[in-house]
Amino acid sequence: MAYDYEKSIRPGKLPHIWCPGCGHGIVMKGLIRAMDSCGLEKNNTALVSGIGCASRLPGYVDMCTLHTAHGRAAAFATGVKMAKPEMTVICLGGDGDGTAIGGNHFIHACRRNIDMTYVIMNNFIYGMTGGQFSPCTPTGMKASTTPYGNPDPTFDISKLAIGAGATFVARTTAFHATQIDKLIAEGIKHKGMAVIEVLDDCPTTYGRRNKFRSVVDMMKKLKENAVPVQAASKMTAEQLQGKFLTGVLYKEDKPEYIEQYAKVIAKAQGQAS
Amino acid sequence: MAKKVALLQGNEACAHGALYAGAKFFGGYPITPSTEVAEVLSIELPKVGGKFIQMEDEIAAMASIIGASLTGAKVITATSGPGVSLKQELIGYACIAEVPCVIINVMRGGPSTGMPTGPGQSDVMQARWGTHGDHAAIALVPASCQEIFTETVRAFNLAEKYRMPVQVLYDEIVGHMRERIVFPEPGELEVIDRAKPTVPPEQYKPYDTSFGDVPPLAAFGSEYRFHVTGLNKAQDGFPTTKAEYVDAEERRQISKVENEKARADIESNEEYLTEDAEVLIFAYGSTSRSARYAVNELRKEGIKAGLFRPITLWPFPEKRVALLGKQVKAIIVPEMNLGQMNLEVERVVKGTCPVISIGRVDGEPLNPGQIIAQVKEVK
Ligand SMILES: Cc1ncc(C[n+]2csc(CCOP(=O)(O)OP(=O)(O)O)c2C)c(N)n1
Ligand code: SF4
Ligand SMILES: [Mg+2]
Repeated sequence: MAYDYEKSIRPGKLPHIWCPGCGHGIVMKGLIRAMDSCGLEKNNTALVSGIGCASRLPGYVDMCTLHTAHGRAAAFATGVKMAKPEMTVICLGGDGDGTAIGGNHFIHACRRNIDMTYVIMNNFIYGMTGGQFSPCTPTGMKASTTPYGNPDPTFDISKLAIGAGATFVARTTAFHATQIDKLIAEGIKHKGMAVIEVLDDCPTTYGRRNKFRSVVDMMKKLKENAVPVQAASKMTAEQLQGKFLTGVLYKEDKPEYIEQYAKVIAKAQGQAS
Repeated sequence: MAKKVALLQGNEACAHGALYAGAKFFGGYPITPSTEVAEVLSIELPKVGGKFIQMEDEIAAMASIIGASLTGAKVITATSGPGVSLKQELIGYACIAEVPCVIINVMRGGPSTGMPTGPGQSDVMQARWGTHGDHAAIALVPASCQEIFTETVRAFNLAEKYRMPVQVLYDEIVGHMRERIVFPEPGELEVIDRAKPTVPPEQYKPYDTSFGDVPPLAAFGSEYRFHVTGLNKAQDGFPTTKAEYVDAEERRQISKVENEKARADIESNEEYLTEDAEVLIFAYGSTSRSARYAVNELRKEGIKAGLFRPITLWPFPEKRVALLGKQVKAIIVPEMNLGQMNLEVERVVKGTCPVISIGRVDGEPLNPGQIIAQVKEVK
């Protein structure tokens, strides 16, 4: 039987703003299945996003939803989670939102290891504003502001998250649709900061300029270059050239921020040494 | 029982005022001369089950308090001019999304880093206009440590009642000065909580104007579920570009503060010897202390000077200042900036009397001698 998305979508809020072939819709479906499989209650779940095409996602989903300002999702979400720890808090947004203007909030949320899940939709571009390069646009590629090819080096979002202290980090792609919900669900269940990077596509502003004229071409690229972490261990550096790893890249048990602050409260109230 | 009395710094008084008002969340970033507010709250908030978090910057601090407020908590941040500059985009967010929050600005000079340990009053226009787009503003300007306590309580009340950010501005002098504080008993000062929805959850709209200019605000994590955005929105909280909704919402968000009834509720002024005054001194914050001294000295010499001291700076006490403008020969506006409120006084008196600015931006307090000299010049 086909999965019923309607029970999680807000009545009357579709159609969405995304272009035909945009990968963000695939991520939304994965997120909905993930939240469902974790049994999250609508009234007890906050979806917090920044600004961008990806960040429009919460408007469609029937949860407590907070569409903030460009780059600030993690900081708003930190306030929500601190003030109401019993809520499940999920951040959503694009590569530009999360790693450029919001990069500082992103790394500090990782460092605190606060119990949130951050789903970052990396389409390698600023989609909403018409395709300017982001910190994730591969070097040499074309964007509306890199007419001669992008001179900038790029961020590896997952490595950035691991380096900053996130305790669950996973990567998948819009092609691997069934893996999206599994990894997000694992991230939700993980106690601490979970980052799930989903590589997806923006046919309108990125594909168009970079010879992935069709969404199929982009999906093919995502499929061909994805290497599951298990398989990667048996591959040489040469074989891994130009590829990216998928699956759970990092997992660790470390003190979680809300629990740490609970100890502060206990101390302040004279209940602990 | 005798009341609790203490010798407190202005910043400490602010923190205790916040606790009295029921603050449960502080998100901040250290900056002189405001840091003591954070330090006291880092000690006291967890004692009452509240939360204190030092964020990575002032933008994050502002974001965190808005997020926390949406769960129903009373929230506060404290900073100085450079920090407010960083918060501006999200101050606008709190205005349009109508999220109660209190922002303390312990003012120093500027622009930029300016003189971090020197006093200033150069953020008064920032408090009015500091974010893009049209919006209403509420800003309070206490002049003593006791008043910092009571005005911080009032800032929470106004934020909760009008569902918006409220700024409390005082300069480094009052922030770091120590004065005797009499702690009000619980219940002695009014403490207001935001109106909560009473409709069934499926009927709730976060901007439902059938409940008046300030619609009730539900909390995330309660039985109500809703959407919050910084985009122009319809009454249901979802984005819209329909001209009639956008226009109506923008106008309501301003009129909720600037209508007659709201103004009367929000405005607060002190007048000292204005009844027969021929020269009026318009002064706020620590400068008003010098002004009061000047008035007393001038009166000894038979010069009819008076002091008008706004405690609510925004919305501006337009009516009263306009009336006084018709009564006096001149209004003198001493302030530790180069004539910011002077402009507003000028705008309001509409040429009925000269308005003279005394500006000081060298990091020294504005002293009574400067004011006395200026009054004598116009006499
Ligand atoms: C403070 C601020 N700066 C710039 C913008 C303009 N802006 C809106 S979305 C966006 C980029 C979004 O890119 P990304 O986060 O990757 O999301 P996508 O649209 O690609 O899904 C930019 C630069 C803004 N809204 N606010
Ligand atoms: S511009 Fe790109 S990212 Fe935005 S909706 Fe269209 S395809 Fe998606
Ligand atoms: Mg993008």
